Amino acid sequence: MPKPDSLQGSLDLLVLKILSRRPRLHGYAIMTAIQDMSGEVLRAEEGSLYPALHRMEEAGWIRAEWITKGAGRRARLYELTAAGRKQLAAEESRWHAVTSAVNRVLRMA
Amino acid sequence: MSLWSRMANVFRGDRLSREIDEELQSHIQEAIEQGRDPAEARRAFGSALRQRDESHDIRVIPWLDSLRADAVFGWRQLMKSKVTSAAAILSLGLAIGACTSAFRLIDALLLRPMPVAEPDRLYAMFCRGMGPGGDFRISDSNEYPQFRQMRSAVKAQAEMIAVSWVERADLTFGSDQGMEKAYRQYVSGWMFDSFGLKPALGRLFTENDDSTPGAPAYAVLSYDYWTRHFGRDPKVTGRTFRMGNDVFQIVGVAPESFTGTEPGVITDIFIPTMMHAGVTHDDWSWIRTFVRLKPGATRETVRDRLQAVFNAVQHERAKGFLGWPKRRLDNFLKQTLLLEPAAAGLSGMQTEYRRSLTILGVLVALVLVIACANVANLLTAQAAARAKEMALRVAIGAGRWRLVQLVLVESALLALLATLLGGLFAWWSAPFVVARISSPDSPARLVLPADWRVLGFALALALAVTVLFGLLPALRASDVKPVAALKGGDDPHSRRRLMHALIAAQVAFCFLVLFVAGLFVATFDRLSNQPTGFSADRLLTLETVAQPAQATVYWYQAAGYLRTLPGVESVALAGWPLLSGNGSNGFVSVNGAPPHELLAYFLPVSPGWLDTMKIPLIDGRDFLPSDTYPGAAIVNEAFAKEYFQGGDPVGKFFERTQGSRPFEIVGLVRDARYRNMREPITPTAYVPIRLAGSEHLQGSTFLVRTSRANPLAAAPMLRHEVHRARAEFRVSNIRTQLEINESSTVRERLLAMLALFFAMVALLLAGIGLYGVLDYSVLQRRREIGIRMALGASAGDVARRVTVDVFSMVLVGAVAGLALGVTSVRYIESLLYGVKAADVAMLLLPSMTILTAALLAAVPAVIRAVKIDPVTMLRAE
Repeated sequence: MPKPDSLQGSLDLLVLKILSRRPRLHGYAIMTAIQDMSGEVLRAEEGSLYPALHRMEEAGWIRAEWITKGAGRRARLYELTAAGRKQLAAEESRWHAVTSAVNRVLRMA
Repeated sequence: MSLWSRMANVFRGDRLSREIDEELQSHIQEAIEQGRDPAEARRAFGSALRQRDESHDIRVIPWLDSLRADAVFGWRQLMKSKVTSAAAILSLGLAIGACTSAFRLIDALLLRPMPVAEPDRLYAMFCRGMGPGGDFRISDSNEYPQFRQMRSAVKAQAEMIAVSWVERADLTFGSDQGMEKAYRQYVSGWMFDSFGLKPALGRLFTENDDSTPGAPAYAVLSYDYWTRHFGRDPKVTGRTFRMGNDVFQIVGVAPESFTGTEPGVITDIFIPTMMHAGVTHDDWSWIRTFVRLKPGATRETVRDRLQAVFNAVQHERAKGFLGWPKRRLDNFLKQTLLLEPAAAGLSGMQTEYRRSLTILGVLVALVLVIACANVANLLTAQAAARAKEMALRVAIGAGRWRLVQLVLVESALLALLATLLGGLFAWWSAPFVVARISSPDSPARLVLPADWRVLGFALALALAVTVLFGLLPALRASDVKPVAALKGGDDPHSRRRLMHALIAAQVAFCFLVLFVAGLFVATFDRLSNQPTGFSADRLLTLETVAQPAQATVYWYQAAGYLRTLPGVESVALAGWPLLSGNGSNGFVSVNGAPPHELLAYFLPVSPGWLDTMKIPLIDGRDFLPSDTYPGAAIVNEAFAKEYFQGGDPVGKFFERTQGSRPFEIVGLVRDARYRNMREPITPTAYVPIRLAGSEHLQGSTFLVRTSRANPLAAAPMLRHEVHRARAEFRVSNIRTQLEINESSTVRERLLAMLALFFAMVALLLAGIGLYGVLDYSVLQRRREIGIRMALGASAGDVARRVTVDVFSMVLVGAVAGLALGVTSVRYIESLLYGVKAADVAMLLLPSMTILTAALLAAVPAVIRAVKIDPVTMLRAE
């Protein structure tokens, strides 16, 4: 099981979202994308990112392929599958439901 | 898909780990390229090994992965001790093979449903009560007119199907020279339809083909016969063959799966029942009756209706039994009908071999248990050697169930290999057994498919065996106390106690197998050494048919001609050979008194038959060519004793049915066996083969005593000469009398042979087990023995110490086996002949055998113990 991280269980959602915008990224690019787009607030740790990627790959939400990046180095690029797109929509709506609920509580209290 | 890929990943573990590593490395490379400090990037990344493990576990099915690891490890363990593994696999394989083989036979003969629609609705009709001979019996034979009445009485609830016994018949497709034998079965025309069978070619019978006696003469071939005989020629329909006096036209071929209704025999040719002369006779019992319940009908209501018809028919019939004693008449009317499930069909072989096969099944199961105990002991001993390894595993955090799994996987591997071996053994041995019970006279052909039923059984057996021999050692191995084991001082006694208990069980079962085998061997020995009362030396039997039927005088002439041939000592004729299983019986009344309680047997013979058979004449004379049936008779001693109170019957008279022409007894001869070796000598009357009214004979058997040692060498010549003696004669079957004698004890021989074989296997396994345990205990106690010897213990003392425990276990096992044997013997009593379970010899033999085997097994261990050198031993520790 991946250990709890600073993203509080939203790592899957972020990875899926990023891959839906920008297909074919490798792990490092996904990590930096999370960092950049969140304005350096969110940071996915390597120790959580790769298990999450592999878990989602086994679940069939994303698929990976190896490409050669010159000089014999290979990189593993990920992209979203149709199942992943569905999962993203589900996760997104769940996220909105949770955050709006949390916001409501914050407003009323 | 994901499950599949995770499953697949289990078997490409190394590559998977490499790929994960590569991806993680490329991440760090990427970070460095982006300008991060290499050391910092690596530190941020954390432990690569842990990451890899985590990802690895995500991408495989963890339990399957550990199973794979265990299997690989188990295989290495097996390969490490090749000899012991091979011994374990061999003994288990033999036992599993024997079990699977027994299952194949039992399944094919008794369990497997026929390939018909809804076989569970199919029942067979039996009649239970006192038979005409005054003996209790359950009979499955029926008469056709009664069948017809019954069928119309239950029309709404059930369909009734009549089938004859499958018999060998002579038929010819072309000229009479091409006479051949085929298995013929008369069946109701609506049988195929009712069974839901579709033709492989042409058409099958319908009700219309089976409505008027004697016509039309159609035939349906079995798929097997069509294949063997016609090479699946599609133009076979329309062809004709002659059988008896009728010419039959082939209309179609039955489906491949349907081989008739008699497991053990494969029908070649199906004929409508209406072609059988017995359809109009209410005293010919020649059909078996199947009842197929219609939806909604219950077995009880159908049975009650059938019983009502049966009672009415029996009452009508009883009116004809003049002068019957009241008790016998009452018994006759008190018979009840039974409907028994008959999904597997109905055959004489089932009745004959049901109990034998079941007992063999139990014997092989016992052998399997013995083999399991062996392997369990072996694994326990190995586990002792591996206690340190196990302790280490526990110490680095392996859970108990993980260890159980490890050992069980190893056992399963062993069992699987053994099952493969056993499968090969069963593949060979089941047909081998069928070939043993088959005789040229009545070939047994059992369909023995190796399908999911057999495969499922073998796999279930492998699983059961794994649990049986693997679970105890596994639990024990996993119960290891790391501290104690790593210190090197595990309690050796607890382990030995388990092994000793297993030895006792092994000996008990081995005793049982030996005991039963001894009984079977003694039975066969007594039966086959039973005096027959005639001489079978150099005697040939030539079953001969005449087409058309010939006058008796021509048969006598042919016999006379054969007598003149070189190499022929004497020739005679008989209706059928003695001990062939054929028989004709009837009630005898003396001096007009009511018929006697006991049935007498009759055999038509020619003059000179007594000489040829070498049955001594006590008083009176042999038949003359002029003697006829009825008229004259020669009787045996049992006949004289039964009907003439032991007085000399020569010159006296008896009648076969009251009021008919009497027989004058012209001779008294010594007893000879008539039907089989098992039943007591029957009162027998030999009667002239020549009939008083009609002179013609359709078939008879020439008995030829040759002067050569091997009578079969004369067979081709005799076959030719019979035809030459008279062109109408044709020999349809040649057998030696010896062969016939032997075939009457075929079941006993098979039982004795197989039981003896399994007894030897059991003894061998138990001996190996004993040897292993003793050897192990010497190995375990070598320190103790060394000290004892250093303190002055004698060799005899050491030997006694080493063996006393095990031998007391052998004794306990033998006593338990004895008790088991004596209590279980009543289940096999009906298969025994001339032996009593309580015979001292029968109990002593297995006891001595086991004791001898135990002593032999103990010798190497004792030698090893005595040869221990105290100095080396104490120094080594």
